[in-house]
Amino acid sequence: MKLPRKNRLRASAFGALAVSGALLLTACGSDNNTGTTGGTGGNTAAKNVKCDGAKGKLLAAGSSAQKNAMDLWVKNYMAACEGVEINYKSSSSGEGITSFTQGVVGFAGSDSALKPEEVAASKKVCASGQGVNLPMVGGPIAIGYNLPEVKDFVVDAPTLAKIFDDKIKKWNDPALVKLNPGAKLPDKAIQTVHRSGDSGTTQNLGKYLGKAAASDWKYEAEKAWPAKGGQGANGSAGVAAQVKQVEGSIGYFELSYATSQSIPTAKLNTGASAPVAANAENASKAIAAAKIKGTGKDLALSLDYATKAEGAYPIVLVTYEIVCDSGNKPETLGNVKSFLGYTASDEGQKILSENGYAPIPAEINAKVREIVAGLK
Amino acid sequence: MTTTVVPPDSPPSPPPPPATEAKSATRPGDKIFRGLSRGSGILLLVVMASIAAFLTFRAVIAISGNEGNFLTTFEWNPAGNPPVFGIAVLLYGTVISSIIAMVIAVPIAVGIALFISHYAPRKLASPLAYVVDLLAAVPSIIYGIWGALFLVPYLDGLNSWLDTYFGWTVIFAKTEIGAARNLFTVGILLAIMILPIITSVSREVFLQVPKMNEEAALALGATRWEVIRMSVLPFGRSGVISASMLGLGRALGETMAVATVLSPSFLLSGHLLDAGGGTFAQNIAAKFDEANEYGRDALIASGLVLFILTLLVNGAARLIIARRKEYSGANA
Repeated sequence: MKLPRKNRLRASAFGALAVSGALLLTACGSDNNTGTTGGTGGNTAAKNVKCDGAKGKLLAAGSSAQKNAMDLWVKNYMAACEGVEINYKSSSSGEGITSFTQGVVGFAGSDSALKPEEVAASKKVCASGQGVNLPMVGGPIAIGYNLPEVKDFVVDAPTLAKIFDDKIKKWNDPALVKLNPGAKLPDKAIQTVHRSGDSGTTQNLGKYLGKAAASDWKYEAEKAWPAKGGQGANGSAGVAAQVKQVEGSIGYFELSYATSQSIPTAKLNTGASAPVAANAENASKAIAAAKIKGTGKDLALSLDYATKAEGAYPIVLVTYEIVCDSGNKPETLGNVKSFLGYTASDEGQKILSENGYAPIPAEINAKVREIVAGLK
Repeated sequence: MTTTVVPPDSPPSPPPPPATEAKSATRPGDKIFRGLSRGSGILLLVVMASIAAFLTFRAVIAISGNEGNFLTTFEWNPAGNPPVFGIAVLLYGTVISSIIAMVIAVPIAVGIALFISHYAPRKLASPLAYVVDLLAAVPSIIYGIWGALFLVPYLDGLNSWLDTYFGWTVIFAKTEIGAARNLFTVGILLAIMILPIITSVSREVFLQVPKMNEEAALALGATRWEVIRMSVLPFGRSGVISASMLGLGRALGETMAVATVLSPSFLLSGHLLDAGGGTFAQNIAAKFDEANEYGRDALIASGLVLFILTLLVNGAARLIIARRKEYSGANA
């Protein structure tokens, strides 16, 4: 295995040359083919993408809740618009917003709307405007459980709040028996699992419990898990793994984690005629009941968590893309408009329902398109 | 004492051979090397000082805005209104899990090191040493995943055994149900992680024991255990202490493995088998992503405490080693 000294040197020189050469070539490649219109890429390429005005690189960062959707969008978009490179770093909403207010990224993804102080901070970056929230991706937060002998477990908001608040401690609690007539609920302790770090998923579940079960869930909806009791696990993947591992446990995570690990999810008794299952279609119905609470070009949503609409699954999470309504940097403006125009298009939104996410309802989506088209 | 005293009766004419020697001492290579090494030394000090300055600067911002007591609050909520956070639970968890790790790892590591250096046949010794060293190369996230998926379920049995027979000690009383994602498990995992470094340094030190000492003891009719007790262990003591401190350093700062295995909570509990607790590094890893600017300052303040803790531990180790200098293999 050992090369003689001289040869080793030569080999490493070759390696260095190859690497730098490759870098040089790719750099040239992305510079030269600017703004080709229309898609000539692979068979996944989107057909009706408007690439005009887009060129070069676009950096974006933020919520990992929309990571899978973003990956697909970026792949399709880049196949359609050659010469544009979009790089979405999925870390966390907090980090996305920080990068946005520091002017590092063209847009940020976040699973909660900007707070007033964050809007104030965004005014420094958006020279003549401010940061606005554009709802782009919806998704259900599933309640996963581990009870091998129970198939269709049903809960409602007050019982769920009591379970996560350590007030209901056994699976055969009368409240649960009442909701699940005929199910063989074991005489077993309930082990709740929550996120150990700060998380937008926790915050969205907290918003739901606070609205739909106000008398049983007294905590503020914050990113840190507020209640005592239960166990914490690292990330959605950690919570799902824990639920999968420990019999008698219950936890919450984005639906994709439940489907990929085949963890059964609870149905919600919302007051509609039948309990509602967690899936993309039902989440979309719940988002359709949302109202826009943002003013001007800001489309921050206020969700109706207590909805009793048939088939509406109300524990949902909406991720926003955060952009400057005006005063975007000239070098990113074209890319942001073109890319978000694609994600908000019918084609872009259709990908969502095929991949476990929920499309934004048409009425709100129409406004998103209008604002994206008018970005300055 | 650096002033050079010129001998009074020095000959006026310089003798040729010393002159060439003096010349050779100031060759450009020497100068460059001296400059480089001095520069590196100074650079290290500057880096350390700037880390300390940065941590202190951000920590002061955080602590001045804290509405709770930084040392005694059992809560971590810098994003709240008012912001409240304290390090009591983190300090406790860091120290306790490291102590558990040390209690488990040091005797085992010394045992392995003695076995490799004095008992094992040579054919077994070097592969064994190699395997132990290899443990150090496993990334900590791998330990974390292994711990969460394999160790935790298997420790349930040990936990209930400890609860049954040692529950009266309070420490080993398990009062809550649930998986064994507690400080005790973290301690065991950390013990496995620090084992290779303690073993490998101890082994080196035990091999340094002068052969004369051992042969003299054997000649006096000592058994092999007596040789180890009377010559190897006293000679190696300071080396083992430094090795343990190196291991302790890793245990104190371990991040991802702890974050993956532990179920953190901000409750101070003497029940080691109940899930909960937290360490500085784990808390930073868990909270950093979603923290706002002020939250990050708060985490940096907790990092400063870890920095000070590590400095104290290293200082203490230096003191102990300095006191036993006469036996030190490292300074020989």
